[in-house]
Amino acid sequence: MSTQPRLVEVRQNVLKQNDLLARDLRRRFRAAGVRVVSLVSSPGSGKTALLETMLTRLRPQCRVAALVGDLATENDAARLARSGAPVKQVTTGTICHLDAQMVESALAEWKLEELDMMFIENVGNLVCPSSYDLGEDLRLVLLSVTEGEDKPLKYPTIFNTADVALITKMDLAGAVEFDAQAAHDNIQRVRPGMRVFEVSSKTGEGMEEWLRFLTMNSATPQR
Amino acid sequence: MHELSIAMSMIDMAAEEAARRGGVQVHALHLKLGQLSGVVKEALLFSYEVACQGTLLEGSSLIIEEVPVVVYCQACETETALASLQTFCCGSCGALTSEVVRGKELEVVALEITE
Repeated sequence: MSTQPRLVEVRQNVLKQNDLLARDLRRRFRAAGVRVVSLVSSPGSGKTALLETMLTRLRPQCRVAALVGDLATENDAARLARSGAPVKQVTTGTICHLDAQMVESALAEWKLEELDMMFIENVGNLVCPSSYDLGEDLRLVLLSVTEGEDKPLKYPTIFNTADVALITKMDLAGAVEFDAQAAHDNIQRVRPGMRVFEVSSKTGEGMEEWLRFLTMNSATPQR
Repeated sequence: MHELSIAMSMIDMAAEEAARRGGVQVHALHLKLGQLSGVVKEALLFSYEVACQGTLLEGSSLIIEEVPVVVYCQACETETALASLQTFCCGSCGALTSEVVRGKELEVVALEITE
């Protein structure tokens, strides 16, 4: 018996369980023909307003649904349900992000074959959600004009792990003297080549172009 | 602050491994932590200490090897480490590149044990 500690190799991904489940979810989504888009941003960037607009505008042509993560309330789900689309709230309690297990449990009652597109609104947080794969095809990061153009530099990880960026609340750009060029430059610095759309959920500005991109890319999952 | 749940997963993982090896004692856990993993080293170290209390790993240490972000540049056909997470560019020609080769690791690589 040796008392001197020895080193044994293990090599295990700490998030392996989440990653395996996310891979399984992605396989199920593809088999059912549903495109899954997740939304991440800081609290108050307009995820719910954007989702409300997208659900309402896509619904005539596309069977859409949404899973909405929130720490405590069900306010967002109630607001989104007005669009007529199926909406489910995932209340995370004190947990600051969604993980694949929460998505899987929330989906239990839904028939995925009856959907064309599903949105997953993550908890408002620019840090924690970046580590967790949810099985989505496309991860959308939102940056509102009221937050400041340097958000991408402060939170490079979340911007780097996202696929598309949306600059929201463009109707307020003038009022807050938003420097669009600086915002675009900062996004490109932390995620070179990322597609960026400027939108306003309130006025509808830029929404058509963004929705065209979203629906046209349905056939080609990026992950 | 998702570091606490990550620390708990690591501890579970190490405890399982220790049981699988016939109840060995774990003195340290070696972790590779990429700068782009979304996990903060200091928060993880703090969480680990808290989460170890009352488990088989109480008193063990967490040894973190930070992995810098390495990007590949198509023009230069080389891999270079990023000087800063604020600019994803090639270290030799300066061109922007989003091809991340390393830096997303969150991996338990080894355990220090006694039989």
